[in-house]
Amino acid sequence: MAEITVKDVKTGFIVDTPGGAKAYRTGDWRSQRPVYDQDRCVKCGVCYLFCPDSAIKIKEDGYVEVDEFYCKGCGICAKECWTGAFEMKPLGEEKK
Amino acid sequence: MGKRIGIEVSLAVSEAVKLCNTDVVAAYPITPQTHIVEHLSEIIADGELDAEFICVESEHSAMSACLGSAAAGARTFTATAGQGLELMHEAVYLASSMRLPMVMAVANRALSAPLSVWGDHSDVMAVRDTGWIQVFCEDGQEAFDHIIWAFRVAEDNRVLFPVMVHLDGFHLTHVVEPIYIEDREKVDSFLPPNRFPLPLDPKKPVSMGTFAPPVIYTEIKKAQEDAFQSIMPHIVECWEKFGKHFGRSYKPVETYRAEDAETLIMTMGSYGETASVAIDTLRAKGLKVGQVKLRLWRPFPFKELRDAVKGAKNLIVLDRCISSGGPGGPVASEVRSALYDEPVRPVVVGYISGLGGRDILPEQFEAMIERGIKDAAKGRTERMVILGARE
Repeated sequence: MAEITVKDVKTGFIVDTPGGAKAYRTGDWRSQRPVYDQDRCVKCGVCYLFCPDSAIKIKEDGYVEVDEFYCKGCGICAKECWTGAFEMKPLGEEKK
Repeated sequence: MGKRIGIEVSLAVSEAVKLCNTDVVAAYPITPQTHIVEHLSEIIADGELDAEFICVESEHSAMSACLGSAAAGARTFTATAGQGLELMHEAVYLASSMRLPMVMAVANRALSAPLSVWGDHSDVMAVRDTGWIQVFCEDGQEAFDHIIWAFRVAEDNRVLFPVMVHLDGFHLTHVVEPIYIEDREKVDSFLPPNRFPLPLDPKKPVSMGTFAPPVIYTEIKKAQEDAFQSIMPHIVECWEKFGKHFGRSYKPVETYRAEDAETLIMTMGSYGETASVAIDTLRAKGLKVGQVKLRLWRPFPFKELRDAVKGAKNLIVLDRCISSGGPGGPVASEVRSALYDEPVRPVVVGYISGLGGRDILPEQFEAMIERGIKDAAKGRTERMVILGARE
């Protein structure tokens, strides 16, 4: 997106190709990320339902994964997960 | 053949909207604009115009409905005034940024508080920077003409910007004047059907007014501004074509008895005629005075203004709005700014008068011009001079 110049701007800044927002990396806004503990997950899908950014996907085996490209680190998944499978950790401290 | 009839200016504006085969009118009635949309609702209800009249609950909704209508490629009209224009303010920016052609008649009115329904230019100046083409009308015929002209300019695919047609509240809107109402065939042959190049289409979906992060917002705004500044030739061309077609010609900056004038007075809108009377009286007394009328307010006609005031010693600018805590009146400060780089320029004296519907009589214009000449001789004037206030 950064390479677009004044000349490239379409009249009225109309977006005529769908999926433009898909390419916009909203995941780099966050200050914390959810760390997922599969051992505590019971595949209930509550995190998937509550994620406001559809950043949680259900895998074929029923467990979930977080799409880091879109996760804004809001912490709703950690708040709603009743088995405590998610823990929010500040960026840089995830691995501890 | 068209015909000259005695008609209230507001109703003449509605008749012009009818003659333009407008598709959608979304508006809320507000003094002094009410008669325009009231009459339009009658015209549409009576089947004289095949259009949708959207009764909205506020001006913000009126402008929002117009945005959708214009985006769909429909010929779109709305009208408002004063507080109503303020209420639609944020949506007004969208029309120009999204390059949606539409026409809005603004019956100029003062802003609260205290509540005033009468005319001045405070509402205009509050939307000065919204990116709309803005023109001022001096009389009813000009208001009628400029509705037709505005649709053609706005929908010109080289332009694609919305247009505000300003007519002074009450001083124009509520007076009955002899106005030449053109016939449908003649308007049809001047105004081609709306060919909006980017209409909403379910087969070819687009997003309008999308989100822009800091990496792209500047580029978009510069592209918009470049486009806005490049439309001047098309605006002038449309006036020329209007003149050839209907026999009434207009220019971005017009003058009256200005050829050899040492002192010029600049007006916008309906007070132009009153000032002309004062000019005639002062000329009869031997004073070399003339008049400049700013018709096009946005985009600002820099070159035309510089040409019009070339050779004059003094330029008195009448503002009907206060730029609170600022450099006086907004028009005077823009005129000063436009002339600042000129090696030889007149002394610009700014006066504020005619606020909230206060009349300015020809004698008061004479006094204003005489005082202006004295103030200009001092070289510099007070920043904020409000005339006519009892002290």
